[in-house]
Amino acid sequence: MKTLTNDPTSDSGTWKTITTLFRNNIREYGMLIALIAVMVFFQFQTGGILFKPVNITNLVLQNSYVITMALGMLLIIVSGWIDLSVGSVVAVVGALAGVLIVRYHIDWRVTLAICLLVGAAIGAFQGYWVAFLKIPAFIVTLAGMLIFRGLTFVLLQGESVGPFPAGFQKISSGFIPDIFNFPGFHLTTIMIGVLLSVVLILLDLRARRNQQKYGFEVTPFYLFVVKNVLITAAIMGLCYLMASYKGLPNVLVLLFVLITGYAFVTSQSIIGRRIYAMGGNEKAAKLSGVNTPRLLFYTFVNMGILAALAGIIVAARLNSSTPNAGDGMELDVIAACFIGGASASGGIGTVIGAVVGAFMIGVLNNGMSIVGLGIDWQKVVKGTVLLLAVLFDVYNKNKSA
Amino acid sequence: MSDVILEMRSITKTFPGVKALDNVSFSVKQGEIHALVGENGAGKSTLMNVLSGVYPYGSYSGEIYFQGQECRFQNIHDSEEVGLVIIHQELALVPFLSIAENLFLGNEQAKSGVINWNETISKTKELSDRVGLHESPNTLITNMGVGKQQLVEIAKALAKKVKLLILDEPTASLNDSDSEKLLQLLLQFKANGISSILISHKLSEVNKVADSITILRDGATIETLDCRKDNITEDRIIRGMVGRDMTHRFPPRDSKIGETIFEIRDWNVYHPLHEDRKVSSNVNITVRKGEVVGLAGLMGAGRTELAMSIFGRAYGTRISGTAHKNGQEIDISTIDKAISNGIAYATEDRKAYGLILIEAIKDNITLANLEAISDGGIINEPKELTVTRGYRDKLSIKCSSIRQLAVNLSGGNQQKVVLSKWLFANPEILILDEPTRGIDVGAKYEIYTIINQLASEGKGIIFISSELPEILGVCDRIYVMRDGKIVGEMPASEASQEKVMKYIMTQQEVVEQ
Repeated sequence: MKTLTNDPTSDSGTWKTITTLFRNNIREYGMLIALIAVMVFFQFQTGGILFKPVNITNLVLQNSYVITMALGMLLIIVSGWIDLSVGSVVAVVGALAGVLIVRYHIDWRVTLAICLLVGAAIGAFQGYWVAFLKIPAFIVTLAGMLIFRGLTFVLLQGESVGPFPAGFQKISSGFIPDIFNFPGFHLTTIMIGVLLSVVLILLDLRARRNQQKYGFEVTPFYLFVVKNVLITAAIMGLCYLMASYKGLPNVLVLLFVLITGYAFVTSQSIIGRRIYAMGGNEKAAKLSGVNTPRLLFYTFVNMGILAALAGIIVAARLNSSTPNAGDGMELDVIAACFIGGASASGGIGTVIGAVVGAFMIGVLNNGMSIVGLGIDWQKVVKGTVLLLAVLFDVYNKNKSA
Repeated sequence: MSDVILEMRSITKTFPGVKALDNVSFSVKQGEIHALVGENGAGKSTLMNVLSGVYPYGSYSGEIYFQGQECRFQNIHDSEEVGLVIIHQELALVPFLSIAENLFLGNEQAKSGVINWNETISKTKELSDRVGLHESPNTLITNMGVGKQQLVEIAKALAKKVKLLILDEPTASLNDSDSEKLLQLLLQFKANGISSILISHKLSEVNKVADSITILRDGATIETLDCRKDNITEDRIIRGMVGRDMTHRFPPRDSKIGETIFEIRDWNVYHPLHEDRKVSSNVNITVRKGEVVGLAGLMGAGRTELAMSIFGRAYGTRISGTAHKNGQEIDISTIDKAISNGIAYATEDRKAYGLILIEAIKDNITLANLEAISDGGIINEPKELTVTRGYRDKLSIKCSSIRQLAVNLSGGNQQKVVLSKWLFANPEILILDEPTRGIDVGAKYEIYTIINQLASEGKGIIFISSELPEILGVCDRIYVMRDGKIVGEMPASEASQEKVMKYIMTQQEVVEQ
């Protein structure tokens, strides 16, 4: 992981190395620790329900669309803008899927492709206004929020459309097939977990060796071991829980691919670097040869595609297209990014942070529902958590300055 | 003395690493127009900011006496309270409010929070008459010309019962007849007992209205000339402004100048908002290999605008003219194309246009040439670290780590990061816009050394600076710009500060002597 390669002071002791590492990455670790604390809290409050395999599976399914959109929203926020329309885009794309499949009997795979294209077109439409016509994104996407919600009602004529064919439903509610057919236990899931752990360890080893080859200092070997043991334990623990229920949900596999991909692109690719530069100082980025309008345009196109994907997941999960799908979802998505450490003025934020932020909201929703807290107080708690997370950011920033 | 309205004694003001004012004393007599002249960076604005409370008491050393009372201003409000009003070069009016609203902004004619519009309007009319502004009090500022806006600023000062009016370059953006009106107004105020301090680069104006002239240079008072006693010529003033010791401020330079590498021909640029205003007109410039070409002129002469318009049309509209590299015409219509054609532009405003302050040094250095440290769009981080650490050592950027954020560096080191970025882009022509602005003497010397080294590698360099000694000390050849035109060209060996200053200051065209 990129965050662990900070230059440690060479002559420091073990404890100093760890504290330095922690201080340099307090934002990432702080949020992760807070998430774990919240999970442990609800594990006790719910009498052990939270970590039950079926609940973990539900948690993933319930939050998959927020996480999916948080990936795109993070890029928009890092660029220095915001997208308020995503909840409505979820609805309009879901409605389109319903109309095409149920009313016009078009194959669900073709529909899937059409929906993603429409998402891209919606993103392009809004991106054009923001990037080339220089209209603030707040206004453009506020208009989009109204327009696409309205179009949803037009498409569905105010009623729910469903049900969907099994293949389409499986996108959300399906699990990966078990090739071993071991009774009562999903062995394939465990195998995937093992494979994934091995690949991650090998990749980390290779990165470490690469750094040594260039003569850079690396984190001490025992820390490297501890880190990999923890990651492996987390992966295997999750896989074990999933295996003892129905195995890995399709959505979780999709999420894993998306998160890995976006984390990689933001931290390792030219495009990612340019997005951060654009959000950090648009004029300086422009004068360094970054085509900022085009980059911003594609950031919105990307958001549109991810919102469409989320729309499909929602529709498949509900097994119907409803006019109110995704209502208010933009707020959860935006909150996830800010809880995860993104800066409202742009240039700062990580994919992993946004995912942790989304899980934070998800665990709060899930835990509070199980405990039986009313929807009214749930909102109060979520709002408070958002404020506290941002306060934590501001406090850290002032301390380091 | 009772006829002295303002006395500033032994004012010293330091910024991190730079002594902006060094033991400056300055006094203004009751009812006179006192001109304050000096080069850019001589300390005029700093002195006025100390006077008006922009830099509060305690942030400088020395004493200020106004009408015999010692003053310790904490902010502008304090200084305005006693009748000291400063009008800055950039006018501080709210464009979408009316004249009347602007005049009494912060000083509303109101009773328990409710504005008395009748009183506001009638007072506005009275004040407008006094400054010769014939506009309805309800006219929005945005619908008026700059000259009239200037009058609104002055009326605003009158509303505050001004005793000493400070004008910072008031005529810089005015045409001749508006300038003339403004000067007449100052003379009229003088007759009414209001003293003024006039900061101006236009020596002809200074000569016309000033009773005394104080010259600042390098943050110190050089002399005060009394215009009522002696007949002071412009040459006399210029000599006071530029004379200084120039030994050991510049590294020795051994120029090896080759063929012409870069040329722009008949370059015309118009202002991006006022499309009928020409900011560069028929500019022709050539740069040869290994040559450092200076672009001298005042702020506002159009040098930055010219440089940015060349660099991928980053400034201006309706740009016409051609650019040539090694005799071939090149396409530099976007920044991307300009960079790939080997042109780099290091901005004068490194914080706003040069750096991503919230990002690491290494991210800033590689931004303009990410392809060089990437394979198939993926950044090779070890390679990036090797490259950027190389620049850190080569330019001796002082930092705790290459991952340190740019915002935490000193001005000189920030400038080195900007230079590193453009060196890594491997340009053949470098345009350096005020590369030594706001950095200390030691760092300046290092920057000059880097420039010499680049030239010796055969690069062509365009060096923009408002400091004449620097232009003379660094360049091989000098262009002088004024009002968007090249008004003079000379080899550095034939140039002197007086000669360049004459081209800069003289209002009419000078034919090459």
